Amino acid sequence: MGEIKLTDVKKSFGALAVLKDIDLHIRHGEFVVFVGPSGCGKSTLLRTIAGLEKVSGGEIEIDGKRVNEVTAADRGLAMVFQSYALYPHMSVRQNLAFGLENSNMPKAEITERINEAARMLEIEAYMDRRPGQLSGGQRQRVAIGRAIVRRPTAFLLDEPLSNLDAELRVSTRAELAALHGRLGSTMIYVTHDQVEAMTLAHRIVVMRAGKIEQVGTPLELYNEPANRFVAGFIGAPHMNFLKAEVVAVSAGSATLTFAGGYRADLQSGQAKLQVGDKVTVGVRPQHLVVSGDPQHPAAKLYLVEALGSETVVHGDIGGEKLLAVLPGQQRLNAGDRVHFDLSKPVLHVFDDNGHRLFTHPGSGG
Amino acid sequence: MGNVARFILRRRGAHGSGKGWHWTDVFTWVWLIGGLIIMFGPAVWLVFSSLKTPAALAEFPPSILPYVTSQATVEGYDKPLMLYNATMPDGSTRVLAEVRRIGLVAQMVDPNAPGEIVKVNINDRSPVRTMSFATNNYTEPFVHFDFLRYLWNSVFVTVVATLITLVVNSMAAFALSKYEFKGRSLAMLVILATLMVPLSVIMVPLYSIISTLGLFNSLWGVILPTVATPTGVFILRQYMLTIPDELLDAARMDKASEWQIYWRIVLPLTAPALAVLAIFSVVWRWNDFLWPLIVLSRRELYTLQVGLSIYSGELNVQWHFILAMTVVTMIPVVLVFIFLQRFITTGIAGTGLK
Amino acid sequence: MTTPSLSSLLMVPVNAVMRIIEAPLRRLQKATGIGGMAAFFLAPNMLIFGIFVLLPLVINFVYSMTGGTAFFLSERDFIGGAQYSRLFECQNYLDPMSCQEDAFWTAVGNTFWFVVLQVSLMILTALITALILNRELAARSFWRAVFFFPVLLSPVVVGLIWKWILQRQGLLNFGLYQFGMDPYTWLTDRNWTFAATIGVSLWAHMGFYALIILAGLQAIPKDLYEAAEMDGTKPARVFWRITLPLLAPNLLVVVVLALIKSVQVFDEIYVLTGGGPGTSTLFLTQYIYETGFASALRNPGLAAAASILMGGVLVVLTLIQLGIGRRGESKGKR
Ligand SMILES: Nc1ncnc2c1ncn2[C@@H]1O[C@H](COP(=O)(O)OP(=O)(O)O)[C@@H](O)[C@H]1O
Ligand SMILES: [Mg+2]
Repeated sequence: MGEIKLTDVKKSFGALAVLKDIDLHIRHGEFVVFVGPSGCGKSTLLRTIAGLEKVSGGEIEIDGKRVNEVTAADRGLAMVFQSYALYPHMSVRQNLAFGLENSNMPKAEITERINEAARMLEIEAYMDRRPGQLSGGQRQRVAIGRAIVRRPTAFLLDEPLSNLDAELRVSTRAELAALHGRLGSTMIYVTHDQVEAMTLAHRIVVMRAGKIEQVGTPLELYNEPANRFVAGFIGAPHMNFLKAEVVAVSAGSATLTFAGGYRADLQSGQAKLQVGDKVTVGVRPQHLVVSGDPQHPAAKLYLVEALGSETVVHGDIGGEKLLAVLPGQQRLNAGDRVHFDLSKPVLHVFDDNGHRLFTHPGSGG
Repeated sequence: MGNVARFILRRRGAHGSGKGWHWTDVFTWVWLIGGLIIMFGPAVWLVFSSLKTPAALAEFPPSILPYVTSQATVEGYDKPLMLYNATMPDGSTRVLAEVRRIGLVAQMVDPNAPGEIVKVNINDRSPVRTMSFATNNYTEPFVHFDFLRYLWNSVFVTVVATLITLVVNSMAAFALSKYEFKGRSLAMLVILATLMVPLSVIMVPLYSIISTLGLFNSLWGVILPTVATPTGVFILRQYMLTIPDELLDAARMDKASEWQIYWRIVLPLTAPALAVLAIFSVVWRWNDFLWPLIVLSRRELYTLQVGLSIYSGELNVQWHFILAMTVVTMIPVVLVFIFLQRFITTGIAGTGLK
Repeated sequence: MTTPSLSSLLMVPVNAVMRIIEAPLRRLQKATGIGGMAAFFLAPNMLIFGIFVLLPLVINFVYSMTGGTAFFLSERDFIGGAQYSRLFECQNYLDPMSCQEDAFWTAVGNTFWFVVLQVSLMILTALITALILNRELAARSFWRAVFFFPVLLSPVVVGLIWKWILQRQGLLNFGLYQFGMDPYTWLTDRNWTFAATIGVSLWAHMGFYALIILAGLQAIPKDLYEAAEMDGTKPARVFWRITLPLLAPNLLVVVVLALIKSVQVFDEIYVLTGGGPGTSTLFLTQYIYETGFASALRNPGLAAAASILMGGVLVVLTLIQLGIGRRGESKGKR
């Protein structure tokens, strides 16, 4: 079991509203990632689920039972903290045992669970050391071990990888995914790193300023971002945004002009558009295609980064910044002018308020 | 050897140009050596004095070390006789016992051959003195006076007050550092305010409260008013603020109750600060004087400090006992000083509180 | 690791007790919530503060307005400000002997001169000691310990050590004798005794203040001195232009702290001189103690009134200290 339902959850610290009307349904066994910029309330949301913070309004249910008044100890959840929060004065073994002893578990079972977790996480070699004598990666494993031995209904992880170096982060990420596969329990994972979110999540919850912007699978978010914020947040490097204006509308298609005066016909589907609407067009750097046609808008490059497998170019198009990731090794230099065909790539078109109006499927393949 | 000397006598001149002694170097060493003598001298003098017999204490000029004049029991004389080094007319010296003295002439005998009286000019003889430690200065007050009792009272007050201080203050510090609640700043303010209220300002009403509670002439009356020290709360709170709150949250997730969090997580992690407070508390309570003097009026309840001051204030001060008991009273503090000095000095430097 | 240490053995009964009280406390937490537990943790301390510090503070004012020799408030008569007017009743305000409570004014005068002399000498010697200990010394912690040693001694021990030294047959007279001078009974001479009280309290407490000043000195960034050395600044100039200004906040705190302690002077002096000869070393705290408890004509109301006047001085000094501390803190934070 591990079904968590949030209805209209609010949280404020004094006058500061940190969470606003959060509705979310997390299914049993799901791996859900909360992602969003720093300070948007991810940790706070996780801590209200954990019971470490009281909600100011709304309801939290775990497995169908309202738990608003249930203390953190009795919610049956386990948490892995960003700083790991291992008890510095206890050995690794005691760290793992502490929570079990508190629930008056028989000694034999405690030993068995600890040994099992130690085997699973390969931390047997340093069970009698103190946290201070461990490396960052080892501490991280112990922190996860402390959660595992509890056999919680759900795991709550608050940026568990952010204190590791880049290499270790990638390998631990894979291990976490494998661990979730093995345990099959619900996991809620907080990160501000969208790559982590994309690689780990069944579903991603994108948050901004205390609100949920969109919930969906990684590809849903990538392919159909609900708004400009999600579009910009998911995917690396960030999506390019270009200003445009609707100049002609017909059934299922629309004609836009870009800043440089370039016109493009896009498939607008069911979107309701009017001539004169100001819109923003989003295009992912990877989708941009260099064109030989001088009719196409030109970007003046000011930086070319050759990464070997791909080439990242930074340019200026009609006064707006444009970043493109081009395949392979290109013979380009700063100062060059490069033409891009803007009707070929997938284009997301957003209205004035940032909502996505339609997505032009493109023709690049 | 030269290196050592250069190290010890490092000075300004040597630091820069290698020229001789700057006046500040001279001043430094005068100050340091003078300080050494003035600071330690009195205590050393006390210790030596405490080992002297009453007769030796009454001597003037005094000797530094505890000497006594040797005596010997000589056949044919009832009382023990004083021994002297006598210089004979031929220039040799002999150890003789004095039988009596008439004017400038002392009549002496050889302790090994008591038959023959030798007459010696008193200027030609000097007493035979040997070092002797009057250890009964130390043993007797314990046996014949109440000092064992006083010692026990002092130990009881010190230990119990320190334990209660640690528990009560650490609990308060925990509440004030790890919880948000209404009235927290008020509580902090109250504690801060008590810093301004020394005993000398409230001793009269405090005494009436102690009497009302039936704690007059009780060691608990000495202990209780001292245990809620603002200093203690501040030292501990400051330290607890450095313990990350995530650790407490982790324990809460681990089903720990708040009491367990205090007892199993926060307290062990506060050990260094608790050690500092414990040392301070031991020294404070051991040294307390005015308040026990007010609360305790029955002899069998005196602490060492009170007992000592009362005995030393009596008309016929038995200095040999007083000095020995002063040394005994000093011992715990000197031990603390020798072994824990580093803790205390960093504690004081860190908090500015004594 | 395998053999249990003494401390872990000591913890066995303690842990047993903790296990027993754990269950009721968990129930208490269920009932009151986490916020309630905060109150629980704070309660013992607040209770003791309340009973033994705040309550006396309040009662003290009532006390100072009552008369008689009884200690229980209920048995005392309300007499308004009579105790205060008694303290201030003088024929000639320049002559303490013309006052009704001449002992009080003597104590005030003695305390005043004691504070002025002791604190100024204290700061001077402590500053010199700290500056010397801050030099590149071999075995610096040993020298620090030398000056710090008397700080821990009990006032009674300090009093007795010096009483023994200042005795007729004491070490001091022995020293004079070595130089061919006559022994003197120091503690029967009013001026010498007063000087002795200052000297003894300097001896006993100087190390404490030196330590705080030393901490202040060590907090001054070394690179300032290195910069000054690079500029070829003279040492005296470095002291006046760098050390002293940067030490000033710390020094100010030390001065106020020394003032606060000095005003309350009692223990070691009481043991050393008993206030004598005559009333030449009678200080305020001893006056309060004797008026309230010890003298034949004890008058707790009068003692309370005197202690409130003294408390007023201390509050002013403490507020100054807190003000300085606050300023230093905000400076440090910037
Ligand atoms: N205990 C608290 N008191 C007041 N404000 C808080 C508290 N905890 C978090 N906040 C505020 O709530 C906002 C969200 O914080 P948090 O949930 O930690 O963000 P993040 O998404 O980076 O994890 C921040 O602006 C933070 O300052
Ligand atoms: Mg966070």
